[in-house]
Amino acid sequence: MAVTDALATRSAAPDGSTASARASAVAFLADRHRLQIWEALPWGLALAAFWLFPDRLTFGSQVLVMVLFALSLDLILGFAGIVTLGQAAYFGVGAYTVGLLAAHLNWGEPISGLFAAAAVAGAVGCATGFVLLRYRGLTLLVLTLATAIMLQELGNLFPRLTGGYDGLPGLAFTPLFGVFDYDLYGRVNYLYVLGVLFVLFCLVRRIVYSPFGQTLAGIRENVARMHAIGSPVRLRLVVVYTIAAAISGVAGALFTQTNAYVTLGVFDFDNSAGVMVMLILGGTGRLYGAFVGAVIYMVLQDYLSKESQQYWHFGIGLLLVLTVLFARRGLLGLFEDAGALFRRNPKP
Amino acid sequence: MSPTANIIVSILFDGLAYAMFLFIVSVGLSVTMGLMGFVNLAHGAFAMAGGYIVLTAMRSWDVPFFLALVLTFLLVGAASVVFERTLYARLYKATELEQVLLTIGLAFMAIATFTYLYGPRPQSIALPGYLTGQIDGGFRTFPTYRVFVIAVGAALIAVLWYGFERTNIGAKIRAAVDNRRMAQSIGIDVDRLFTLTFAVGSGLAALGGGLAIQLFGLTPSFAVLYLVFFLLVVAVGGLGSLKGTLVAAILLGVCDTAGKYMFADAGGFFIYALAVLILLIKPAGLYGRD
Amino acid sequence: MTAALEIQDLNKSFGALAVARDINLALPKGARHALIGPNGAGKTTLVNLITGVLQPSAGRVLLDGQDITALPQAARTRRGIARTFQINQLFRGLTVLENLYLAVAERMRVCGRLWVPAGAEREVIDQALAQLEALRLADDALKLVRELPYGRQRLVEIAIALALHPRVLLLDEPAAGVPSSESHLILDVIGALDPDIAILIIEHDMDVVFRFAHRITVLVAGAVLTEASPPEILADPRVRAVYLGEEAGGRHG
Repeated sequence: MAVTDALATRSAAPDGSTASARASAVAFLADRHRLQIWEALPWGLALAAFWLFPDRLTFGSQVLVMVLFALSLDLILGFAGIVTLGQAAYFGVGAYTVGLLAAHLNWGEPISGLFAAAAVAGAVGCATGFVLLRYRGLTLLVLTLATAIMLQELGNLFPRLTGGYDGLPGLAFTPLFGVFDYDLYGRVNYLYVLGVLFVLFCLVRRIVYSPFGQTLAGIRENVARMHAIGSPVRLRLVVVYTIAAAISGVAGALFTQTNAYVTLGVFDFDNSAGVMVMLILGGTGRLYGAFVGAVIYMVLQDYLSKESQQYWHFGIGLLLVLTVLFARRGLLGLFEDAGALFRRNPKP
Repeated sequence: MSPTANIIVSILFDGLAYAMFLFIVSVGLSVTMGLMGFVNLAHGAFAMAGGYIVLTAMRSWDVPFFLALVLTFLLVGAASVVFERTLYARLYKATELEQVLLTIGLAFMAIATFTYLYGPRPQSIALPGYLTGQIDGGFRTFPTYRVFVIAVGAALIAVLWYGFERTNIGAKIRAAVDNRRMAQSIGIDVDRLFTLTFAVGSGLAALGGGLAIQLFGLTPSFAVLYLVFFLLVVAVGGLGSLKGTLVAAILLGVCDTAGKYMFADAGGFFIYALAVLILLIKPAGLYGRD
Repeated sequence: MTAALEIQDLNKSFGALAVARDINLALPKGARHALIGPNGAGKTTLVNLITGVLQPSAGRVLLDGQDITALPQAARTRRGIARTFQINQLFRGLTVLENLYLAVAERMRVCGRLWVPAGAEREVIDQALAQLEALRLADDALKLVRELPYGRQRLVEIAIALALHPRVLLLDEPAAGVPSSESHLILDVIGALDPDIAILIIEHDMDVVFRFAHRITVLVAGAVLTEASPPEILADPRVRAVYLGEEAGGRHG
C-alpha cells in the first residue's frame, strides 16, 4: 500500500530530507509575520492619492475611515469567524463620544478625542460582547442588530444632548498637535487619518500574527476542537470583540472629525451592512481585504450615486450577488487563485 | 369609556392589527428558516414587491382590492420559485454570511428596481368604500380597515393552522423542521417541500405587503425598513413555529404600539428591548428548539 | 493510591431518556482500559461526561482525587484530560503544523499573547514538530489537514491529544474510518504510548481490545454490565449474549 511504502522509504532516507522538512516547517511559522515587499503598495498608493487628487482629499479621508472600520470588523468576522450585524454600534459610540466632547464640553483636541472614543467604544464592546458572544446564528445577528438600533433610539430619547435626527453640526476641532490647522482642502486631515490608520493597522497586524491571532483562526475553523484543547474560547472572543469595538470607535471618531458633523445615522443598519459588503468584496480574513473592499465600495458609491441613488443600490446589490456566487473569497481571493494558477503552470 | 381605558383599547387594537401584518409576512420566513436554515434577508423585498403589484393591479388593470391581494399572492409565490431554484438552492450549503450577503444584495437590487419603476415617494391605493371609515363596536368605534386586517389575519391563521396540524403536507413540514435528515431518510422529499413552503411564504409576504399599503404607506425602502421587525418576530418566536411566530408578532406588535403611543418618537426603543430580553433568556425563541 | 480518573455514580438523563445510569469506573495511573458495548450503549456519551461536553444529572468525576464535575470542558483539559473524537475534529483549513502549534501553545499558556509573533515562540514550534516526528507526520507538517488521507488525519487527531501532555487520555474509536491498510499505524502509536498515562479506549474491534486492554468495561443501555480482565470478559456468558448476532472481532463503522 502506498502509505506503508512511502513510510518505509521515508524512514530509509538519509537524515538530510527530514532535517530539511523540519527546517522549512519552522521557517513557515517563523517567517510568516515578516513584512513583504508588496505590503508597501497600499500605503504608497494612499500617499500617491494625496498628490494626485488634491481636490478630493475629504472624500479620500472618508475612504480611509471606512478602511479602518472594515479592518476592525475583519478581526471579528474574517479572523474569528463570528457573524454580526451591528458593528455600527461601536462606530456610532466613537463618533458620538467625539461629537459630544466637542459640542458640549468644548473639547476639540483630536488625538485625545480618539483615545476617549476608543475607551468608550471598547467598554461598550466589552460589556455587550460579554453578554452576546454566548450566542450564534440568527440569535446573534438579531441581538447585535438590535443593540445598534437601541443605541440609536437611546440617542433619540435625549435630543438636546445628541441633536436628535439633525445631529450635531458645526463641530470645532483644535489644530493637530497644536500646530497643524485644518485647511479648506482637507490636506492635514487626510494625512492625519492616514497616520492613525497606519498605526492601528500595525497593531492589528501584530495581533493577527501572534499566538492569540492563531487561536482566532482555530476558533473560526473548529470551535469544538478549541474547547477540547483547553482554550478559553469565550474569553478570547470577548478580548478580540473589545479590541475590534475600540478600533471601530476610533473610525467613528475620525468620521466625526473629518466631517465636523455627526448624526444618529451613524448607527444605521446601512452602515453595518456596508462595511460587511466591503469586506466580502475585498476578501475576509486577509488584512488587506479591508483596503481593497473599502476603496471599491466607496469609489463605486461616489461614482454611481452621482447618476442616481438607484444605480448605486442596483450596482452594489449586483456586485454583491456576483461576488457571493463566483468570488466567495473576494477580490484578494481571486488574485490568490490566479497566482496559484501561475505557480502550478510555470512559465516556459 | 374612560380616557385611560380608551387608550388601552386603542393600543391593543392597533397593536393587534400591526401584529397581524407582522405575522402574515413573517410566518413564511420562520418556516423556511426553520426548514432549511437559510437566512433570507430578501424576504422584505417580496413584501414590498407584493405591495407594488397590488398597487399596479388596482390602478392600471382596474382589479378590485380583494382580487389584487389574491393575485399578488399567486404572482409573487410563483416568481419566488424561480429565485429559489436558480439562486438560493446554490447556497444551501454555504455559510450564513454568504446567505446574508446574497439576499441583502438581492434586496438592494429590488429596492433600486422598484424605485426606478415607481419613484421613491410613498404611494397609496383607493380602498373600496366599505373598508373605509369606522365600525361601531358598541362602546367605541374602530377603523374599518384595521378590523379588516385583523379579520384577514385571523382567517389566515385558521387556514395555516389547519394546513400545518391536520394535513399530510403539514405533518411532513413539521417533521422536516424538527429533524431534516431523519425526515429525508424516511422518504420525505425535503427539497420539494422547501420549494412549496418558500412559495407560500413569499406569497404571504406579498399579501402582507399589499395589506400594509394603507397601514404604513408604501415606498421601495419598505423592503429593508421592516425587515428588522420580521427578523425580530422570527427570532423571538422560534424558527419553524407557527405558534411562535404568532405569539411573537402579538407581543412585539402590541409592545411597539404601546411604546409609540406613550413616548412618541422614542417609543421605538421598546420593541428592541423586549426582543433582546426574550432572546437573552430563550436564545432559540419562545417556541424554538435548541 | 488515588486513581488518575474516577467516576462515581454518574447519571445523565435527557428528559425521560436515561443515557448514563449509575456508572462507576476507576482508572489507575498507567491504565489500559477498554470500553465496549453495542451501538447506542452510551460509550461516547460517557466520554462526553468525563471531558465536560455534557454535565451529569448526578454523580462526580474526579481527576487525581480532585472533583472536577463543575468544571467546563476547557478547564478539565487544562487539568490533564485529553480526548480524540470519533469523527475527526481538526482545523481542516490550517496546516498540520498549525494544528499542533495550537495544542502545544494552549498547554504552554502562550495563546494569550497578542504582541509577539507566533513564529517567535520557538519552543512551541519545536515541541509541535517533535510531536509530529514521533508520529511520523513531520513530512506532512505544511500540508493542509483537509488534503491528507483520512488515516493520516486520524493520526493528527491523536497527535493533538498527545501534544497536550495529558495524564488521562480518552480515545474514541481511534481506528474508525481508517482503511485496514493504514490502521496498524494507529495501533502502533497507541501501543507505544507513555506507560504513565491512564488510557480509556472505546473500540468495537475485539482484536484491538484484547491486544491492548488490561481491563474491560462493558456498557449496555447506559449502565455498566460488568468490568473485568479480558479473559474473564471472554468467558462471561452475559457479554456473549449482548453481542449475540454481532460479529465478534469484526470491524464496525
